[in-house]
Amino acid sequence: MTLVPLPILPSDTGRDADEAPAPGADPSARDRRSPGQDLHRRDRSLRDRSRGRRRTHIGVRAPLWFLFPALALYAFIVVLPTLRGGFFAFTDWNGIASTWQFVGVDNFFQVWDDRRARASVVNTVILAAIVTIVQNVIALGLALALNNTLKSRSALRVVFFAPVVLTPLVAGYIWSYLLAPNGAVNAFLDGVGLHALSHDWLGDPSTALLSVCAAVIWQFSGYAMVIYLAGLQAIPEEILEAATIDGAGSWRRFVSVILPLLNGAILINVMLSLIGSLKQFDQVMAMTGGGPGTATETISTAILKNAFSSGDYPVSIALAVVMTVLIAVLAGVQYRLTARKVN
Amino acid sequence: MNIYTWRSGLREAGTVAVAILFLIPLFALVNMAIKPANSATTAFQIDPNVTFANFATAWTQGALGPALVNSFIVAIVTVAGSVVLSALASYPLARFTRRWSRWTYYLFIGGLLIPTQLGLLPLYTTMRDLGLLGSLASIILIGIGGQLPFSVFLYTTFMREMPQDYEEAALIDGCGPVRAFISVVFPLLKAVTGTVVILDAVGIWNDFFTPLLFLSGSGNATAPVAIYNFHGQFHTQWPLIFAALCITVLPILVLYFLLQKYIIRGFAGGLKG
Repeated sequence: MTLVPLPILPSDTGRDADEAPAPGADPSARDRRSPGQDLHRRDRSLRDRSRGRRRTHIGVRAPLWFLFPALALYAFIVVLPTLRGGFFAFTDWNGIASTWQFVGVDNFFQVWDDRRARASVVNTVILAAIVTIVQNVIALGLALALNNTLKSRSALRVVFFAPVVLTPLVAGYIWSYLLAPNGAVNAFLDGVGLHALSHDWLGDPSTALLSVCAAVIWQFSGYAMVIYLAGLQAIPEEILEAATIDGAGSWRRFVSVILPLLNGAILINVMLSLIGSLKQFDQVMAMTGGGPGTATETISTAILKNAFSSGDYPVSIALAVVMTVLIAVLAGVQYRLTARKVN
Repeated sequence: MNIYTWRSGLREAGTVAVAILFLIPLFALVNMAIKPANSATTAFQIDPNVTFANFATAWTQGALGPALVNSFIVAIVTVAGSVVLSALASYPLARFTRRWSRWTYYLFIGGLLIPTQLGLLPLYTTMRDLGLLGSLASIILIGIGGQLPFSVFLYTTFMREMPQDYEEAALIDGCGPVRAFISVVFPLLKAVTGTVVILDAVGIWNDFFTPLLFLSGSGNATAPVAIYNFHGQFHTQWPLIFAALCITVLPILVLYFLLQKYIIRGFAGGLKG
């Protein structure tokens, strides 16, 4: 099983798919073909070569119109609105009036001036950083533990993954109850004599964002774990045995052998948790609604509030551009960092 | 590495302890829902007076029935639409090796990186102008469009690795390309179709942002929106809220525990080449 960062960096398998034999195909199948078929094949490949790159299909011609329904819907739902959104960020478009004017980067200054908008950008970056790091450390730890001979291995995998399929809004409500002033976490702390630690977790601006992070990490660690497990299972046993024979201890094996070989899984996981947490909306709406004050406001909640509570479309749409740029820059930096390690 | 020693036992005990920590919120979810409304016990304690009255109250007070029906309609239509459109589109994308087909493929894949938030307000005004705001049709269309990048990615990478001998045989036997796709190619895509169905279904069922925005003000709601409204209405009556939460996540959790092997494999397999 190979793990490659295809969502972000699609490999070019299509280019040479026609030259390489299909995976799983019996290599001797060709020999069993009748001479006439072989002749026909050679004839065709000669003709193809003479046309060089202009050969556009292999064997069966796939009907081109198959592409059109998806392309039309995709253009209507994703491509055009996205382009319009990027464009309107530099205008004073308010969503209702049919006229608008260019205002340059004025909207971005407004984002900077707007207390909620600015806080949302800062909070989102903090949340993304904490979630990405902690979630991946936990997930990798769990995956390493489950990659061993544990009797309860498959049951544990089911348990750790269960929160992933739970509705994020519901997960947020469960946690908001557990973390309430008279909720279960405080009751537990009181019960074991740690009353000093009990706290209004979501009401205190200094712990509210961290509490949201905890809920997100709880929910999605299982997802990252499953991807790490797949990566671990692709590491050949012989390599680990060779490292052991060469005198590597378990820590040394982890740092010098396992981690480099997990690079693909790390890239995917960090990318997924970065993108996911930069868009974070559901848990925040369930747990705090962005409060207290602006302590847990994220870009997504600020976009919704600015557009539909304050009717401030320009700031809202400029925030969406900020989010897109953040995702692109962080994903790019992260890709560079991880990709270099591969070489 | 394959021998079960006392160290493995220790490791197992530690991992089980973490798993119990992971399960606590889920335990609290069920435990709270079956308590009497005035119970003095905490979420970790079991109240001996188990009651199912909360479920009945939540069901009648929260309009959960219509919301669940809406969620089912949206999930089924969206998943079906996404499977049909992306399987069709991926066929020429995988079989043609020209430059335009690669760029069209990249156009779809690009949707994985671009946040939907950027196109949200223009899309909102478009839906408003078309009179689709508040209708299930709007979130179904948005759902299919939003799932296309990942589904097209899965289908295309899978189809590129698929041998073409079967299609060629079908062609020689006198099948047209459309017929060959329906009777030969699509059945061969069963594994990847399973992954697409599971990923789409979980994503659509759980989506809150899109229906919140596009259904607001209409009588329509999906399960998460109904939960959001319900919480706003009964925000301190936790047993009632937890009963409502249980009702709305029950379909997805039942599905998960029945098909967990395939669901976990689908989520992990979605990312391998």
